[in-house]
Amino acid sequence: MDELIEKSGFEGLSPTEIQEITAEMGHYEDKTAASIEALKIVQKHRRWVSDPCLVAVSELLGISTAQLEGVATFYNLIYRQPVGKTVIHYCNSVTCWMMGAERVREQLCRHLNVKLGEMSADGEYTVLPIVCLGACDHAPVALVGDQLKLDLTDNAVNEILKR
Amino acid sequence: MDIMDKPLTKNILPDRAFATLADYESTGGYQGLRQAITQLQPKEVRQWVKDAGLRGRGGAGFNTGLKWGLVPEKKTNDTKHYLVVNADEMEPGTFKDRFLLERDPHQLIEGIIIAAYAIQANTAYIFLRGEYHLAAQRLTHALQEARTKNYLGEHVLNTGFSLEIHLHTSAGRYICGEESALLNALEGKRATPRAKPPFAVVSGLWGWPTVVNNVETLCNVPHILQYGVEWYQSLGRGLDKGTKLFGVSGRVKCPGLWELPMGTPIREIIEEHAGGMQDGYKLRGFLPGGASTDFMLPEQLDVLMDYDTVAKAGSRMGTGTIIVLDDKTCPVQMVLNLEEFFAQESCGWCTPCRDGLPWTVTLLKDIIAGHGRMEDLDTLAGLTRMLGPGNTFCALAPGAMEPLQSALKYFRADFERYIVGHNVVMEPA
Ligand SMILES: Cc1cc2nc3c(=O)[nH]c(=O)nc-3n(C[C@H](O)[C@H](O)[C@H](O)COP(=O)(O)O)c2cc1C
Ligand code: SF4
Repeated sequence: MDELIEKSGFEGLSPTEIQEITAEMGHYEDKTAASIEALKIVQKHRRWVSDPCLVAVSELLGISTAQLEGVATFYNLIYRQPVGKTVIHYCNSVTCWMMGAERVREQLCRHLNVKLGEMSADGEYTVLPIVCLGACDHAPVALVGDQLKLDLTDNAVNEILKR
Repeated sequence: MDIMDKPLTKNILPDRAFATLADYESTGGYQGLRQAITQLQPKEVRQWVKDAGLRGRGGAGFNTGLKWGLVPEKKTNDTKHYLVVNADEMEPGTFKDRFLLERDPHQLIEGIIIAAYAIQANTAYIFLRGEYHLAAQRLTHALQEARTKNYLGEHVLNTGFSLEIHLHTSAGRYICGEESALLNALEGKRATPRAKPPFAVVSGLWGWPTVVNNVETLCNVPHILQYGVEWYQSLGRGLDKGTKLFGVSGRVKCPGLWELPMGTPIREIIEEHAGGMQDGYKLRGFLPGGASTDFMLPEQLDVLMDYDTVAKAGSRMGTGTIIVLDDKTCPVQMVLNLEEFFAQESCGWCTPCRDGLPWTVTLLKDIIAGHGRMEDLDTLAGLTRMLGPGNTFCALAPGAMEPLQSALKYFRADFERYIVGHNVVMEPA
């Protein structure tokens, strides 16, 4: 359903999105504070934040589009370009780097035939680097969608891609 | 395992995914809250925590009770105070807060409620990094449980104190962990740090007095209230009090995380708990407390892990999670990885950091590519001073310079080998 919305042109935020964003606004003294949660809500339903979406969210929050764009581009986990169904964030910080992050990146990109940030041809995956995921005792690691994957040997990476 | 020796992890068992409310209560959970809120005045709670000697586990080591005491007394009922939990853990090499969040969420929640009572905050926010999905799930569930048991909400345990806790999940950026940048992020803005003074304890979230505390710091609080100041002080082995989660990552036999007394010797952590180096690897150095701490050398293994002793040895205890440098990893390339991280994560607000970090990265890349000159090492040393304490708007840049300045001191020959063209190329795994 969400994809249909994008294909047939943007027709405004869905009632669910509006409801979820409004609930977040209630948690703060000032509704600007819900900006980041609002962008994440939109992203949960549409995978990324398109220009018309950004405008709609800024109108709902009552802030300028420029201000919201400033926020959207500041944070690593807000995507302003289309991404695959599952985003694979492989950690490239120090311990993972020492323990084989480059190997993980190379294997992921080769199997999916993508460069970092690109969507795989079937629309399933996008591979991106991420900073330390807080699992250094199991390096190298990656976040696959919302699942943390530990101790990434070649076999473990293959398992991720097999699903 | 004696429960009394390991207050922070007593409910975290290998065969248990996480401690439920019942698990938590069965070892005395929420007794500290009961003690605080029904027997003590907020001021007394602050005094207990101060006397216990608990120091902030976010890296800076400020006395927690002292920080709480800096919040001005409420003059009118309209005055708001806020408590914010810093769960933005993103310092490379650090993996302690995620463990506490996922495995024993009620311990943090109890700590938050006591801290909020102590500073008279009726709203608290948990600022959680967006990547910690499992922690978000467990916290959401635990918060709901706490509400149904009246530990949270209106009239906590039928007293006059009310508290709501909101979970805010962030969208990534290391700078969000800096407390004033965190407040901007929480207000829905770009996470650039704020000018200090005023400090957050006086003017923080939306201008109201706000205490920002690390996850692990707050996890200590219930036990101080439950078992008392003297017991807590008796836990430390060195100058500092209590226990701490210490971790080791890198090429050791058993990387991991252990709750040990403050002041445990580094040798014991690396050699006994982490099992020493993997076969075929030797220890060349280590960062004692995350990416933004100075390298230390094998000669310094007998240093005790407490704030002041590690500082005296020329580094910082930071987050207490050690990153090991082995003899088959190139220190210059390791420093490049660290500086790339800091350059990418700089918020771009002040010039020395915004320009100086990419410059550092360029110089290091040139050196590694074989285009370096000896003068570049002086330029790098100059940068460590220019981006050092006092010259930038926040502590990100000075932190970034710590591994670089110590690498230049301890591993200079490795830099020089690249420059004179005799480097042994060492690729990471
Ligand atoms: C760049 C930067 C990043 C930081 N990241 C964190 C963090 O992720 N978690 C944390 O608790 N403290 C972090 N801090 C320290 C906080 O600014 C603050 O000192 C701490 O949250 C205070 O809590 P404590 O007194 O309980 O330690 C960071 C500091 C800087 C300069
Ligand atoms: S030191 Fe770096 S991170 Fe801190 S304010 Fe300046 S530019 Fe931003």
